[in-house]
Amino acid sequence: MLKGEIVIRKDALVIKTFIYIFLAAGAVTMVLPYVWMVVTSIKPLDEIQAFPPSFVVRHPTLEPYRDLFSLVPMVRYIFNSLFVAGSITLFNVFATSLAGYAFAKHKFWGRDKIFFIFIASLMIPWQVNIIPGFIIVKNLGWLNTYTGLIVPAMAWCAFGIFLNRQFIYSIPDDLIDAARMDGCSEFRIYCLVILPLIKPVLATLAIFTFLQQWNNFVWPLVVIHTSSMRTLTLGLAVLTGQFGANYAMVMAGAVVATLPMLIVYLMFQKYIIKGINLTGL
Amino acid sequence: MEQETFRQKFRRQKVSYLFISVPFFLFFIFQLVPLFVSFFLSFTQYDVIHPPKFIGLENYRKIFFEDPLFWLAIKNTAVYTAGVVPTGICISLLLAVAIDQKIRFKNFFKSIFFLPTVTAMIAVSVIWKWCYAGEKYGLFNFLLMKAGFSPVDWLASPTWTLPSIMIMSVWAGIGYNMILFLAGLQTIPHTMYEAAEIDGAGFWRQFFHITLPLLRPTIIFVTMMSLIFSFQVFEQIYIMTGEMGEMGGVLNSALTIVAYLYDQGFQKFHMGYASALAYIIAFCVFIITMLYKGVMKDTKVEY
Repeated sequence: MLKGEIVIRKDALVIKTFIYIFLAAGAVTMVLPYVWMVVTSIKPLDEIQAFPPSFVVRHPTLEPYRDLFSLVPMVRYIFNSLFVAGSITLFNVFATSLAGYAFAKHKFWGRDKIFFIFIASLMIPWQVNIIPGFIIVKNLGWLNTYTGLIVPAMAWCAFGIFLNRQFIYSIPDDLIDAARMDGCSEFRIYCLVILPLIKPVLATLAIFTFLQQWNNFVWPLVVIHTSSMRTLTLGLAVLTGQFGANYAMVMAGAVVATLPMLIVYLMFQKYIIKGINLTGL
Repeated sequence: MEQETFRQKFRRQKVSYLFISVPFFLFFIFQLVPLFVSFFLSFTQYDVIHPPKFIGLENYRKIFFEDPLFWLAIKNTAVYTAGVVPTGICISLLLAVAIDQKIRFKNFFKSIFFLPTVTAMIAVSVIWKWCYAGEKYGLFNFLLMKAGFSPVDWLASPTWTLPSIMIMSVWAGIGYNMILFLAGLQTIPHTMYEAAEIDGAGFWRQFFHITLPLLRPTIIFVTMMSLIFSFQVFEQIYIMTGEMGEMGGVLNSALTIVAYLYDQGFQKFHMGYASALAYIIAFCVFIITMLYKGVMKDTKVEY
């Protein structure tokens, strides 16, 4: 082998050591705030105030979590986030793949122009839409409702349409024509031919959308006014303002808001990284 | 296939329009219409309760000539962007190159650096606020003092508020950029490095003469994305400096442009004024995108 013949030079070893030190130091920096969050969330009050601050908890307690769930409708927040992010994701996956199919494989008047408008909209920053969006939602009487949280967020579908179109475009026409010959309706073709073939793309899109919506903050902040309608991120923000002094409880809230996504991430890492690289296309 | 009759064609087209109808309808109502509504609103005075009053270019005139807070917000945003983007790109590029070497625990490191990307910015800010808190007794100051530095007032001082948020944003953003760089690195043919190795080029020579030039498209893309993200920084500011409806920290030392827009639009309900600010932001984003397109046009990688 070629590699065995090359004499490993001294500086290669130095570089390698340096790389490991660099990565290890980086990893510690990344993990430190998370560890501090978890540690704080199980500390009793006297240990939080103790100096020097310590990563060792002598008497771990679940009191902060009990406070959190009794003083704040945490379960409701979790449900709200799940429901809102879930519905948007479901809609996004099916509506954009259906539209993507039409854009990729159908010929109709105005197709390329409409598609171009969708793509061009990706350049528009959300700041431009948020004020009229608020006014429209207010006039529809959707302020402080699930509809107000969900429906406007469904409109951010340009990326999904783009992604689906790209992938469906590469499906051979013969497959679709054959199904058409067999008398399949266009919707049946979408269900039986297209959907099974683009499953990996849809998985990526679904996880990505869910993650984005779960972490979304600005829109709920603008639309929601009562405690029971808050999503988890908004709830956490308000919690920080109201109970800012009770650090243990605030950190417990941060754990509840962070943990589910970390688990989702560790389970579906492959799809998430793929999703990021797709945005980079 | 045979030529379709007009009726068949129409039926086929009807289905196509049906397929795109729902997303297009929503897109139309909540994306296209707002685009024009806010353009119109930017020439009006509007407080949500009374009907909008047309005042021409007054909002823009005020913003540019009579609003010191706007210029402060622009300055803060510029400082933030100028700090976060280059630092974040350098660190994430080095990380990506380090992880791309033949090392162990590749995936472990990748996962760790990526963690903040899947954490809500709100949660990140809440956690960091606590790490910064507590004057001499807080975690970061304790670590600083252990390392022999004197403690810093972080979010309580006008000098340090913005840098504190910048440090956090770099931390939160490097994972995302690293993934993009890693993908870019995979496009560089391995034979290049093998050839360089045989010629006796060391690690740094390879980095500067192979990796950097061939990664140029990715670097430019990541720079553009980071510029746009940074320019729109908001959630960090909201959590770390927002207290009792006020935003921007001590002496507005961390008031950024989007935070200012939110304050004008949704706290003071100057919706017309805020719309004008929104269009100024959109214009800046547009310029960045156009610059990117211009730069990309004469960037061709040659192997």
